[in-house]
Amino acid sequence: MTTQSLPARTDTAARTSAEKPTGRGGRRLLRQRAGRQHHAGPLAYVLLAVMALLSIFPLYWTMVAASTDNTRVSQTPPPFLPGPNLFSNLARAWDEAAMGKAMMNSLIVAGVIALSTVLFATLAGFAFAKLRFKGRNALLMLVIGTMLVPPQLAVVPLFMMMAELGWSQQLPAVIFPTLVSAVGVFFMRQYLSEALPDELVEAGRVDGAHSLRIFWSIVLPVARPAMAVLFMITFVHAWNDFFWPFVVLDMTNPTVPVALTQLSAGYVRDQSLIMAGALLGTLPLLLMFIVFGRQIVSGIMAGAVKG
Amino acid sequence: MATSTTKALAGEEPPGPPRKTGGEGTVRRRGRLLHRLDIKGAPYAFIAPFFVVFAAFSFYPLVYTSWISLHDVELATLDVMEWVAFDNYVDLWNDSRFWNALRNTITIGVISTVPQLMMALGMAHLLNYRMRASLFFRVASLVPYATSVAAAALVFTMIFERDFGMINWALGSVGIDPVNWEADKWPAQAAISTIVIWRWTGYNALLYLAAMQAIPADRYEAASLDGASRWQQFTHVTIPGIRSTIVFTIVLSTIGATQLFGEPLIFGQGPNGITGGADNQYQTLGLLLYEEGWKNYQMGRSATVAWAMFLLLVLAFAVQRLIKRLRSRTS
Repeated sequence: MTTQSLPARTDTAARTSAEKPTGRGGRRLLRQRAGRQHHAGPLAYVLLAVMALLSIFPLYWTMVAASTDNTRVSQTPPPFLPGPNLFSNLARAWDEAAMGKAMMNSLIVAGVIALSTVLFATLAGFAFAKLRFKGRNALLMLVIGTMLVPPQLAVVPLFMMMAELGWSQQLPAVIFPTLVSAVGVFFMRQYLSEALPDELVEAGRVDGAHSLRIFWSIVLPVARPAMAVLFMITFVHAWNDFFWPFVVLDMTNPTVPVALTQLSAGYVRDQSLIMAGALLGTLPLLLMFIVFGRQIVSGIMAGAVKG
Repeated sequence: MATSTTKALAGEEPPGPPRKTGGEGTVRRRGRLLHRLDIKGAPYAFIAPFFVVFAAFSFYPLVYTSWISLHDVELATLDVMEWVAFDNYVDLWNDSRFWNALRNTITIGVISTVPQLMMALGMAHLLNYRMRASLFFRVASLVPYATSVAAAALVFTMIFERDFGMINWALGSVGIDPVNWEADKWPAQAAISTIVIWRWTGYNALLYLAAMQAIPADRYEAASLDGASRWQQFTHVTIPGIRSTIVFTIVLSTIGATQLFGEPLIFGQGPNGITGGADNQYQTLGLLLYEEGWKNYQMGRSATVAWAMFLLLVLAFAVQRLIKRLRSRTS
């Protein structure tokens, strides 16, 4: 019932080829064995197009609503084409929702969390994949077990802890609880057990390098593609995280999602302003997806087959 | 606390080449000792940061939650804890809002998870065809996943607006009366589920797609030699082939469903959000937890709701296992 029962990759080619770690290990994330590949017929294309449309339309409409004014948004039929006020509305949302500060906060929070998650996951993943030590399997099971603990459970005592530490309404309150991720550790372990040849680690040992040295000069170069993917996925999750930041931060020092709630809480509902805020908050991640879409897709898929 | 872990890491580093003072023998012995220490200790140092952070910010609060739930704690005076034993639990049991929130969490959970995973399965099947612009379709299906709960909930709240929302306009244009999406119970729960479905279907589809691509091609060949139709291949080869991933997504979705919070909160637009509508018609356990702690200032009761959520999750998995066992017995 947990993730360990998932099928391992049947890609034996990946395991036998002793490629040099030139970062080409990342290609293996992309090179999947084709299960069955019929060509898509016209119907499949139509359905795919509908699917893509449904996925993208709400965001397109956010943009439309953010570019008109209130009277136009609330008319029937609703507008389907962008209006002239996009930039003025974005500017208003930027000012009213303290969006500048929120963006900065989100950038710091998501950046620090993603960096530390990647670093600690790579360290732990390397240990679990390639080093022998007592209790290795039991500890790995423990890591997997922690995935099943819902974070909401800890919210009341965490809030009290943060108050005691004097971190209420401060960014460390959001950052510290999510500095590590079990999913990340597991993901790196799976990746490194395939992509890092044992011979390389042993060669390092023979040369007299100590473990940290081996980690630095041998493991990191091999792990780089997976680290990039893990960084992006963690960044997305941290940027979009809502419950805990909403509880522990206030409107004077919000992250982007927390600031967005401020826009819609008023009695006078300024729809185009709200939509402009929603668009602003989504834009950074959207750009990331446009630029690194391939890596993110392959990362999610690689994590899936392996757990 | 983070500094202590980095120190532990730094401590694993042998302090450079030892100075040649005590002759060759001692140097080598010291080198060997350090090497042994490194081999034995380094793995633990490497996994320590994960476990230290987890212990401090997840495991300890988890245990502490149960302790808090046995006390009266006011939000304004967090350091004053009054022992009340199981009063909070008794109160919760007798509180109709709790049963209402529990029912809502389960119903919204079911109507958001079941269609979501079904659609994800169909989507994955489509994405598995060989086609032009396959990367575009994959990235497009992930766009909702890149949208935060807050932004998605704001947009859908507007689309489901009673007076000028796009959905009611579309219904009106085919002659259906406008639906009061926020005030009526089932429409509200359906609308909230729509937000969840929109955000997670594409993500789950990619998980399924990855599993589908790992199915060996010869199974399909064997099936088609046996004269299986496309549909039979799908039900007899594809579905069994990705069974464990399906279980995995059910587990993930169940965890997500018990914690539903942001969608209903924002859907309620302001003060109605925390109570989950004027009549609590879509208040989830997550919202109730927040309301008890941060609106009624009763942290002890809030912790009790948290425990109830956890028990619900455990129960859900127990039921899932039971169903699995019964099914394997009948087949």
